[in-house]
Amino acid sequence: MALLDATAITKSFAGVQALRGVSFELRSGEVHALLGENGAGKSTLIKVITGAEKADSGTLTVAGHVVPHHSPAAARALGIAAVYQQPALFPDLTVEENVGLALESGPAWRRIDWHARRRQARELLERSGAEIAPERTVSTLSMPEQQLVEIAKAIGARARILILDEPTASVTDREVERLFRVIGALRSEGAGIVYISHRLDEVAVIADRVTVLRDGQNVATRDMRDVDRDELVRLMVGREMQAIYPKREVPIGKTALEVKGLGCRAAGIRDITFEVRRGEILGIAGLVGSGRTELAETLFGLTPADEGAIGLQDDVMRTESPAAAIRKKMAYLPEDRRQHGVVMEMPVAANISLANLDAVSRNGLIDHAVERSLAIRYVERLRIKTPSVHAETGALSGGNQQKVAVARWLAINPEVLILDEPTQGVDIGSKREIHQIMVELAAQGMAIVMISSELAEILGMSDRVAVMHGGTMAGILSRAEATQEKILALALGHA
Amino acid sequence: MLERHRREISLVVAILAIGAVLAVVAPGFFAFANQRDLMLANMPVLIVALGMVLVILTGQIDISVGSQFAICSVATGVFARMGLPTPLAGAAACLVGALMGSVNGALVAWVRIPSIVVTLATMVALRDGLRWVTQGAWVQDLPPGFQWFGQSQASSELITAGCAAALAVGMNWGLRNLAAGRVVYATGSSPNAARLAGINPRLVVFAVFVVTGALTGFAAAFNAVRFLQIPSNLGIGRGGDSGGSRHDCRNAAGGTAAGRDRSGADVSGVQRVLGAGD
Ligand SMILES: Nc1ncnc2c1ncn2[C@@H]1O[C@H](COP(=O)(O)OP(=O)(O)OP(=O)(O)O)[C@@H](O)[C@H]1O
Ligand SMILES: [Mg+2]
Repeated sequence: MALLDATAITKSFAGVQALRGVSFELRSGEVHALLGENGAGKSTLIKVITGAEKADSGTLTVAGHVVPHHSPAAARALGIAAVYQQPALFPDLTVEENVGLALESGPAWRRIDWHARRRQARELLERSGAEIAPERTVSTLSMPEQQLVEIAKAIGARARILILDEPTASVTDREVERLFRVIGALRSEGAGIVYISHRLDEVAVIADRVTVLRDGQNVATRDMRDVDRDELVRLMVGREMQAIYPKREVPIGKTALEVKGLGCRAAGIRDITFEVRRGEILGIAGLVGSGRTELAETLFGLTPADEGAIGLQDDVMRTESPAAAIRKKMAYLPEDRRQHGVVMEMPVAANISLANLDAVSRNGLIDHAVERSLAIRYVERLRIKTPSVHAETGALSGGNQQKVAVARWLAINPEVLILDEPTQGVDIGSKREIHQIMVELAAQGMAIVMISSELAEILGMSDRVAVMHGGTMAGILSRAEATQEKILALALGHA
Repeated sequence: MLERHRREISLVVAILAIGAVLAVVAPGFFAFANQRDLMLANMPVLIVALGMVLVILTGQIDISVGSQFAICSVATGVFARMGLPTPLAGAAACLVGALMGSVNGALVAWVRIPSIVVTLATMVALRDGLRWVTQGAWVQDLPPGFQWFGQSQASSELITAGCAAALAVGMNWGLRNLAAGRVVYATGSSPNAARLAGINPRLVVFAVFVVTGALTGFAAAFNAVRFLQIPSNLGIGRGGDSGGSRHDCRNAAGGTAAGRDRSGADVSGVQRVLGAGD
């Protein structure tokens, strides 16, 4: 019998039909992958199932019983737990408090057993493969660490139905492996797991069945054994697409960014030396917590360096603020789009122009026509799915928000572009698009630094691969030298 | 439409409800002369509120504007008595306001104390400081050209209303069309994202406090010219200050005691209902 049966679900948001009669069935003891392009309606379907959004029509049946009035509380009572695409933790509480709040039940005036709470948090974090101290405040955690805490919470809920909406968008292969082990254990205990991801190779490993959504409709539900990658892509995108990376060799020019002995105590990085030349894509690999994002933040002036120097545009300095970095034509796409990447309350156009207000205004006066055409250009170029450039960015699907963030930085025409997980949560079509754009930009002489947790992306796109370990540079490999094994060995500190 | 303007609609409903109550309890409230006087008397409040809009847009609050208003009122009078022409005295009051705003702004933006704490402290400090300095005395012996800018009351009121309206329209326009307005919104919505986009959120927060102070000074000057002698407690009781008495407030808004308004507006009934004139 189906554990969960959603039939003919429709849902629309102010003019956008997100779901048009989707049916979806989840069996006990299976991992059911949910695939589709950005904006296909995956997250919306999930939110309907967890009661976070109310469906306009359709029925939901859990273990043979129709659910009449759905709500998050009802979902919890029915044994449904979810990890949403955007971590939803309380930032000012500690990890253990977050876990405790989600899992403990009982009257509000019960006494808190801090020991038990900490023990439980520690155990769950360990099971989910996170090396995070339970007493840390959530706001100090990086994006992938927050995702791991969410996963720990979901595991702890002992749910019969576990929904994971892109749980691995910014975690590395090692954490993915551990997560898969946990998922495997839950599956053998009879739980049903819904797994959303844009990483098809992951899906091939973990999923038993797969459902593909396109434009709010269910286009296919298949056994994973019966489909191959190409067919999945065809189902999602509606056309053929090659699997290879569009990487091209382009002439490498002068040094654009030179980093010497860079260190920052606050960011926990030290003794970092490398250079990036015009036309080059430097991939930065490493485990979660190895200091990749911290390095980017130091380069961009968010946490200014206290050692070493950064050479940019014939100038040797330590970038002391993002504004200074932008003046030096450096751009940085952060990994945490919700907090840093885009301003959710602002329209798409305003987000795209935000780092580039000078270009769309004269004497401090914004020229709305120029701003609009700039936005439209990037919406078309990156195929951002939005009702209009005036729509609020927060209402876009996760992958489309990411594209808005990318657009902002392309709009300033940088010389050095630092990308932190540029294709997280982006569907394969658009991912290819972003890769294509990276190659074009490199060909035009831009120097690109790309941080990625996806080894295939690192290997596929980089001219050289820098590997970080424990806050310092473990080694730099040329394209010819770089292999999965070598990168992993360096990342683990075995070299 | 309903969805988009939900906030505005709830405000309109609240105002209509108050109006309905007043229509029963104090019908005199709706008399034309009373409406006009109330509106004129509250122009300074509107001007201060414009500054407050900026502060709130950046995610902060300034509850010290009442005290700033009182100080700027006195300052206007003192400058006028020192021989400055009234417009210059007003400009100087703006500077005084901006100075006080910059103290608030610096403490919030760089010392990183929450704005509610900072402005609560400055509200009390400024208010009591003023009381201590003036000993409650009013500013008297103002030069003859001071009241109503040396114009007729009607044209002075027209100037005030015109300035307030121009400021309101200008602010609305600027927030939409100036890069600076965009920066204010971005800072309030997501300081982190704003910073990464090359904006200095702290500078923005500092600046809006300064602007609010200056606008408060501006408003205080326009308010002060309504008097022959300037009370040293004007505006105290505004901005969430429960320390000032309702009596002060009535003076400031209704102008019934100290003001030499032509009409002696009938606001007492209203004040009984609302507790205050503003
Ligand atoms: N709160 C909302 N308000 C308006 N439109 C919304 C809202 N939430 C989602 N949408 C729209 O519904 C559609 C489906 O969005 P959804 O988030 O389900 O996509 P998704 O398949 O999860 O995409 P992604 O892979 O990018 O996460 C999109 O076009 C999106 O813009
Ligand atoms: Mg989604």
